[in-house]
Amino acid sequence: MRRFSWFNATSLTVGFVFLYLPMIILVIYSFNESRLVTVWAGFSTKWYAELMQNTAFLDAAWVTVKVGFWSSTLATILGTMAAYVMVRGGRFFGRTLFSGMVYAPLVMPEVITGLSLLLFFIAIDLDRGVLTIVLAHTTFSMCYVSVVVSSRLVSFDKSLEEAALDLGCTPFDAFRSVTLPIIAPSVIAGWLLAFTLSLDDLVIASFASGPSSTTLPIKIFSAVRLGVTPEINALSTIMIGIVTVGVITASLVMKRNVARQKADELRAAQG
Amino acid sequence: MAQSPQDVFAPWDDATEKPLIRFRNVTKNFGDFTAIDDLTLDIYAKEFFALLGPSGCGKTTLMRMLAGFEKPTTGTIELDGKDIANVPPNQRAVNMMFQSYALFPHLSVYENIAFGLKRSDMDKADIPARVDEMLRLTRLQKFAKRKPHQISGGQRQRVALARSLAKAPKLLLLDEPLGALDKKLRHETQFELMDIQEKTGTTFVIVTHDQEEAMTVASRVAVMDAGVIVQVATPDRIYETPNSVYVADFIGEVNLIEGHAAVDNGVATISWAEGQPPITAKTDLTADTQCTYAVRPEKITITQHEPQDRPNKIKGAVLDIAYLGNISTYHVELPDGKVIKAQTANDRRIARRSFTWEDTVWLSWTDTAGVVLTA
Repeated sequence: MRRFSWFNATSLTVGFVFLYLPMIILVIYSFNESRLVTVWAGFSTKWYAELMQNTAFLDAAWVTVKVGFWSSTLATILGTMAAYVMVRGGRFFGRTLFSGMVYAPLVMPEVITGLSLLLFFIAIDLDRGVLTIVLAHTTFSMCYVSVVVSSRLVSFDKSLEEAALDLGCTPFDAFRSVTLPIIAPSVIAGWLLAFTLSLDDLVIASFASGPSSTTLPIKIFSAVRLGVTPEINALSTIMIGIVTVGVITASLVMKRNVARQKADELRAAQG
Repeated sequence: MAQSPQDVFAPWDDATEKPLIRFRNVTKNFGDFTAIDDLTLDIYAKEFFALLGPSGCGKTTLMRMLAGFEKPTTGTIELDGKDIANVPPNQRAVNMMFQSYALFPHLSVYENIAFGLKRSDMDKADIPARVDEMLRLTRLQKFAKRKPHQISGGQRQRVALARSLAKAPKLLLLDEPLGALDKKLRHETQFELMDIQEKTGTTFVIVTHDQEEAMTVASRVAVMDAGVIVQVATPDRIYETPNSVYVADFIGEVNLIEGHAAVDNGVATISWAEGQPPITAKTDLTADTQCTYAVRPEKITITQHEPQDRPNKIKGAVLDIAYLGNISTYHVELPDGKVIKAQTANDRRIARRSFTWEDTVWLSWTDTAGVVLTA
């Protein structure tokens, strides 16, 4: 093992402080007794209790989860299809244009995406609400899903699909019963990424949302303009907690699977 | 074992026999590249047919056309008398064993074997019995519940074989089936394959670049080069009577001597070097011609003294000895610098070997030992 030098220790500390100090402060102040955000007045969980009474926040949270679920599900379906066509479609007319257009939203400024969607919804006379946010989120998160899924498909052994066809599958059956189960981890990863992006989005949502469909980021942003309350700190702490638990669980599951696979292969090699 | 001629399996010599597979003037182009060039070939039921050739010779393309993954650019492929050009792979009575095995990693050995059966018109209730039969045939009963990554390479190979045989195809395609196994396991598995082929009576077409493997397993071998079949024949005929320098050189070791043949009444007298006696060889040729004389090293006898009564003999000096345990190959240099290889079985212990480096020796062989080639 390499020696732990002073230089390494310093870089590590500076890096972590830079990343996490603001969040630590937020978490600490969420347990503040005082209404004043910057003055510490003792430990309390009362802001959590108050948050549970705040129907505006809870409604917004529910809208956000709903939008996240539907938009990431739609984005996963469309993104996986796009990835499959790009990796397996061979050379077809307009392939370069198609893949360029799938990836364009990655670099498109959000304001422009949001504005164009708003104009589109007005043009087709669609009332803005949960549906429009779902559609908007699907369009921009789909390309992230297709990036994740296509990177897995590139390394996928094509002869597995051919074997399925050879054994009597139709092309769709081969995809459903062989390809999809094998690439499932990357499809799930794509879904989670799309869900996170949707949860996170403020700019596009504010273009596409209507009066009845305020998402949590919009709600928090507008509330903060009237001053940061410990309630918002509490809400943010809960969100940090959910994300942390999710990430740790995912990495533990992954680590255990890798270890199990290695042990199996070792045992198989020994007979 | 003595066999009377009518016992020998040789449907290709029987004009009344209908071939199972018929390639007729098949050409396959990939862009500008011609992978298969106007190929015509018949393969008969119950054959173990080997496609042999260097990589890029078109043997894999030929197999993929049989499986249905590629379509011929021109020409027809018939299976059982029906043109199969437009039949998709999932509707062909043809199964394939892939070089990478292509086992489904998310399914157990049992489910892998049952995969094709579940998609056939077999009664659901009959599937377990058929899978068990396949497991028994390939001695995998103990591993039915394991996943592919939980078994060894040799076992995976057997799962792939069981899976491709489960639907009892008319034709089984094997793409370099033993390429991933080590040498010893490969030899055992070759005999296992022949055994299974005989038991099931399925027609096997195997693609390989390993000539020893093709010779061991196949009833007939097709030697391919650059999209054309150079020769189709039984392994012994391919080895003993190659029809061209390419085949002679590709299969096993051979001495090639260029010269001019003067043919008289079925005997060629080949003058090949200044100051050397001509080589005499029996031949079917009728006219004098430039030729290449091909003779296998093991057909050449190496002796210390000049042999009597041998039609062909040359004097030379031992340049190199390759000791392989069971046999030794002697590289003998002739006065003009040409090197001829001669092989002897080591039926005595090495300490009693009669020749060593620099020794003057005589090489001799009969007039039927080699073949006169003009292609």
